[in-house]
Amino acid sequence: MSAVEARDLSVRLGETEALRGVSLSVERGEWLGLIGPNGAGKTSLLRALAGLVPFSGSVRLDGHRVGRATRRTIARTCALVPQIAQVPAHLTVAEYVLLGRTPHIGYLSTERREDRLAAERAIARLELRPFAERLLGSLSGGELQRVVLARALAQQASILLLDEPTSALDLGRQQQALELVDLLRRDERLAVIAAMHDLSLAGQYADRLVLLDRGRLVGEGSAQEVLSAERIAAYYDASVEVVELGGAVFVLPRRAGPERGHPR
Amino acid sequence: MDEPAEPSPSVRARGVPPLAAAAAALFLVGSLLVALTTGPLAIGVGAIAESALAHVPMLHVRSRLDGLEAAIVWQVRAPRVVLGALVGGMLAVSGSAYQGVFRNPLADPYLLGVAAGAGLGATLAIAYASAADRGGELLPLAAFAGAVCAVAAAYVLGRSVGGAHTTGALVLAGVTVAAFMTAVQTFVQQQRSDSLREVYSWLLGGLDGASWHQVLVMSPYVAVGSAVILLHRRVLDVLSLGDEEAASLGIDVRRTRLMIVAAATAGTSAAVAVSGLIGFVGIIVPHTIRLLVSSSYRAIVPLSLLGGAGFLVLADVLARTVLAPDEVPIGVVTAFFGAPFFAVVLRTTRRIGM
Repeated sequence: MSAVEARDLSVRLGETEALRGVSLSVERGEWLGLIGPNGAGKTSLLRALAGLVPFSGSVRLDGHRVGRATRRTIARTCALVPQIAQVPAHLTVAEYVLLGRTPHIGYLSTERREDRLAAERAIARLELRPFAERLLGSLSGGELQRVVLARALAQQASILLLDEPTSALDLGRQQQALELVDLLRRDERLAVIAAMHDLSLAGQYADRLVLLDRGRLVGEGSAQEVLSAERIAAYYDASVEVVELGGAVFVLPRRAGPERGHPR
Repeated sequence: MDEPAEPSPSVRARGVPPLAAAAAALFLVGSLLVALTTGPLAIGVGAIAESALAHVPMLHVRSRLDGLEAAIVWQVRAPRVVLGALVGGMLAVSGSAYQGVFRNPLADPYLLGVAAGAGLGATLAIAYASAADRGGELLPLAAFAGAVCAVAAAYVLGRSVGGAHTTGALVLAGVTVAAFMTAVQTFVQQQRSDSLREVYSWLLGGLDGASWHQVLVMSPYVAVGSAVILLHRRVLDVLSLGDEEAASLGIDVRRTRLMIVAAATAGTSAAVAVSGLIGFVGIIVPHTIRLLVSSSYRAIVPLSLLGGAGFLVLADVLARTVLAPDEVPIGVVTAFFGAPFFAVVLRTTRRIGM
């Protein structure tokens, strides 16, 4: 049984079809990279997988049917790290990570010993111990990203959905965050689906890439297969050069000559 | 990694700090004593305590108070003080719940039309029922019904147009319903200008004429309403992450919001029915706690209950003593003294996190 099994998934947002008939499956321990231009449907796909928007088609997470199973069951199976997480500035790191235990805590009760232990493990795992009692409002962007990951980890779900997890970070923090996700994936055998902006990074961290365009799945495979200059030119409307170096694929934006560029 | 047997003390939710709990309890008890002892007739704390203990069998304490004094304390002041505490606590807790559910610092218990609905209900009762009819239960009942109807209408309207943006739509629906009901209320009031004065004085709110009967009638609403909100204190923190993240953590956001709004509405409507419209308590009390103690609803909700009760009891003491024997409307007192106090709190604290 695959960890994530989506069949013929479509999402309507008002008048627009954000996602049209996408099918995909992800195994435990596998990292699937979602790429595609703005508005391609990456976020809609992640939200549909987590059961946060109405969709047609079917999604199974660890065998649980999204839409049939309770919200709580889905939340125990799959953790979503949104593109822009709401971080209430007044909570401490420990309190925020404890909120990740919500699907394991009775609706109207408060956390027990095992919840605090799970939160503590997540905090230790992301090297946040010295920050446990700091307020979220006092943290830097890189630290916050780790805190949000710790919350997702405390959820103890086997599937991790990441919506552009590194878009607000500098180069070094991006790499550190992605390395961390990779480490967690290996240790906990998580299925990771991550929407990513940076194509070179996406190619290096994901086992497999899925390219979306205007709600459709238009390419799937390894970085070498999906990341071709022609494809990227066609779907991103971008001028790029694709270079292979030491087995990794790099997508380099390259300015087209003035005679080919858009006139100003 | 070694598995710790016990979680580290740093990994916990702060909840209510003991010092803050003690301070709030002390504030409430102090307010109650001040209110019981203050009035045209000076009666000391000791005499009141003796009078209370005299009712306890086997203690053999004899009351110093004569019949009239005892009646003033136990039949006039005490019900008024208790009613003030219930109303103040309920308004403050409802305010904190609304701020949490709508993630809006300006939300108060009247956000979804409770005030306008109660105003309309009360105005209809005053304008069209005979004085004899509304001597009893009719006026509070009409106010309560009007308040509940207003929120129900706002909720249904908000849900029907809301879609994904439910909170915004709900607030707008509340504004719409309130505007409509206020229009009807003003119209009725103009038609029956003889009722103008009575309607006006009801709208201003007050606790005069409080009785044990009123306390008895409203306590179940306050008990259930505040208990439901207290039980949701952790869930309110989850909701502060936004609807979508709360849903991804397994919370049924719509059902939760409906439950909390229903509890706050039942309690607030009962409070308004017995005391009229008392403004400002639902905003100032939770925010003061937010600024002085913590912005976690685990602290805000229980401390609002105690703080709101004490605040309104004290405000009522001022309302009945400043111009004695006349009374100042209590809503005037809550705003007149509450606003500058709140301004000081705002200035002296740095945190204004919602």
